[in-house]
Amino acid sequence: MTARRVVVTGLGVIAPGGIGTKAFWERIVSGVSATRTITAFDPAPFRSRMAAECDFDGARSGLSPRDTARLDRATQFALVATREALADSGIEIDETNAHRTGVSLGSAVGCTQKLEEEYVARSGGGQQWLVDHAAGTPHLYDYFVPSSMAAEVAWEAGAEGPTALISAGCTSGLDSLGHAVELIREGSADIVIAGGSDAPIAPITVACFDAIKATSPRNDTPDHASRPFDRTRSGFVLGEGAAVLVLEERESALRRGADVYAEIAGFAARANAHHMTGLRPDGLEMAAAITGALDDARIDRTSVGYVNAHGTATRQNDIHETAAIKHSLGEHAHRVPVSSIKAVIGHSLGAVGSIEAAASALVIRHGVVPPTAGLYEPDPQLDLDYVPLTARDQRTDTVLTVGSGFGGFQSAMVLTATEGRR
Amino acid sequence: MTATAVVTGVGVLAPNGIGAEEYWSATLRGESGIGRITRFDPSSYPSRLAGEVTGFAVRDHVPSRLVPQTDRTTQFALAGSDWALADCGLTADSLPADERGVVTASASGGFEFGQRELGHLWGKDPKHVSAYMSFAWFYAVNSGQVSIRHDLRGPTGVVVADQAGGLDAVAQARRRIRKGTPLMLTGGMDASLCPYGLAAQVSAGILSESEDPARAYLPFDAAADGHVPGEGGAMLTLEDAERARERGARSYGEISGYAATFDPRPGSGRPANLERAVRGALADAGLRPDDIAFVLADGAGEPESDRVEAQALTAVFGPEGVPVTVPKTMTGRLYSGAGPLDLVTALFALRDGVVPPTVHVDRPATGYDIDLVTGSPRPVGGDAALVLARGRGGFNSAMVVRRPSAA
Repeated sequence: MTARRVVVTGLGVIAPGGIGTKAFWERIVSGVSATRTITAFDPAPFRSRMAAECDFDGARSGLSPRDTARLDRATQFALVATREALADSGIEIDETNAHRTGVSLGSAVGCTQKLEEEYVARSGGGQQWLVDHAAGTPHLYDYFVPSSMAAEVAWEAGAEGPTALISAGCTSGLDSLGHAVELIREGSADIVIAGGSDAPIAPITVACFDAIKATSPRNDTPDHASRPFDRTRSGFVLGEGAAVLVLEERESALRRGADVYAEIAGFAARANAHHMTGLRPDGLEMAAAITGALDDARIDRTSVGYVNAHGTATRQNDIHETAAIKHSLGEHAHRVPVSSIKAVIGHSLGAVGSIEAAASALVIRHGVVPPTAGLYEPDPQLDLDYVPLTARDQRTDTVLTVGSGFGGFQSAMVLTATEGRR
Repeated sequence: MTATAVVTGVGVLAPNGIGAEEYWSATLRGESGIGRITRFDPSSYPSRLAGEVTGFAVRDHVPSRLVPQTDRTTQFALAGSDWALADCGLTADSLPADERGVVTASASGGFEFGQRELGHLWGKDPKHVSAYMSFAWFYAVNSGQVSIRHDLRGPTGVVVADQAGGLDAVAQARRRIRKGTPLMLTGGMDASLCPYGLAAQVSAGILSESEDPARAYLPFDAAADGHVPGEGGAMLTLEDAERARERGARSYGEISGYAATFDPRPGSGRPANLERAVRGALADAGLRPDDIAFVLADGAGEPESDRVEAQALTAVFGPEGVPVTVPKTMTGRLYSGAGPLDLVTALFALRDGVVPPTVHVDRPATGYDIDLVTGSPRPVGGDAALVLARGRGGFNSAMVVRRPSAA
């Protein structure tokens, strides 16, 4: 029996600076940052007052008034991205394949916004421990247990196969795709609607990251606050968004004449077992994840043509990640372009891994490497080619994309060019 | 060649028993852990009962440094993991750190911690929010904290699928064993019995409003009217059977089959998919319905869900074709902890040849045609059991366990 392989046949993206895959791609190639002073609420009491916000309106994106009222913003993102991805892939989910279609959605903080809103409404503005059970929406349970997000995507797509929310913090968006690949390879599904969505720009999340000084305090230059790999970097800028990828078993995708973006050829996840928020500078576990993903793909490290970095612009991350890339790719690390799109779209926690996987598929399709915006002053400690400021024309058949998150999770995925491009 | 995954260690925190054997003996005695909520005053809520884990002295089980930075769910996960690892007999240096991993399930994360910090933010100001909040309340916290405590640097994962997620996490861990990782710690814990957690469950209209601990959660009963929430769960060590045998480890049994499906949108007119999950798990295990000695049902305690589950069981096993039980009537529904705890129950029941009863249910509803084990434990022979777990929204997971092979 030949091994089952997994290809990407549809993309849907909601990102700061552009709703839809086309707008997203143009934005990250332009290198124009979408970070700004928070408009979603008054950020005055907070240390970091910036975010990369999506100019998203559920109604304008086609959601019903009922759905915009009851669904958390992250779930709305996921539904709109799912619709775009399904339309883009041209796949029809119907009674013939519903049982063979799964859902694997990533989210780090689930329905946080609605949980916070409902809490405020039910606690007299934070005054009562014994919250009022009757004061708010009847949908509170769906925010309490965020597998509701995966359920909504399954209903939207008509999927009746294995369905789950993958919630491994900031690697959720990569881990959800890794899980989807595994479902297809093992034969539990032929199609998986896979992706990630988070909408964390809310007071509680901003306060969380303030408390540990993870986010940039550079409030006077909000559009130039996220500076991955830059000497003056000062933390990440929070983002929001979603990406959904339609993944299919390769043979059946080719048979139906699908327009294939790329193959997801390998994935691995590791823990660093070090600290809930800190990273060791040696990056050994991320290196192990990268090596594991390359092994899974049966690809030699010298084939990697582009690395889509986690690149959050915290002091620690960029050192950790640079070491991991060097450790895993060896000498080749110095020959391969490495860039982070987070200076443009911010760090959208459990969504960003899927957004970056979508970007990786688009790099293969368009032969263009997006730049690391915000990188003006190289850090002498960081010595890879980070593609500063300007996109680069470069045909690339093999892309490595990596993620790292609270809890010590490290994930890596390899995407490759494949036949089937129409 | 695909490795077989066996359970070599278990750690249990249940409302009717702390520790696996304590839980199991209480369960066979029919002792319920359901009572009026004591963690806060539930008078103002329409549902006031829960299965609380009582007598858990956190400082006896969790390093004092970790206590202020963890929610109760994580404290349970840390204790359960310690016990499962001790039970399997592996020490910290038995295996390289990258050959052991962790996959956990969570339904609602560190929710009580979250409620407290929301109170600090909104009742005071952002500066009062704990520096631990950023990682104490998200759904990945247990995998993270457990990996750090036991230096697990291999594969990781976190699954959320409401009450079905616990089985899904164990299935994820089994995949890692099959791909060559020798040891995986897995399972699920939830502990969201705080006012905001209870309010969330009340809002869904799924909780019983009975004041009588013996009458509140009655799955498959004519009087079924919702469930009682609980807290706790189980952690398990899974190992490659070959390697476990080589080191002389005791095996509780094998995770031999699994499948998951999702139900169509309510009102779509399409049928529910639990039966397909059951058949898929049996096929994965290479077993026929006749090979299953008993079923640990999900037992939602809500008439429509109970009917769907009973129909799936009769479709696969025939009318009254297999003993069915819901020991959750002694613990309440534990969300992501439920599936892993039921796996422990199933393995112990196979070991001892006895199925615990569905306590409190004395009047099974007519028309379900299932052989519900009520009243007292029932002796049963056989080598394999089926565990079902269903999550709100339509998640269906089914897992087959087998007792250790005689070799």
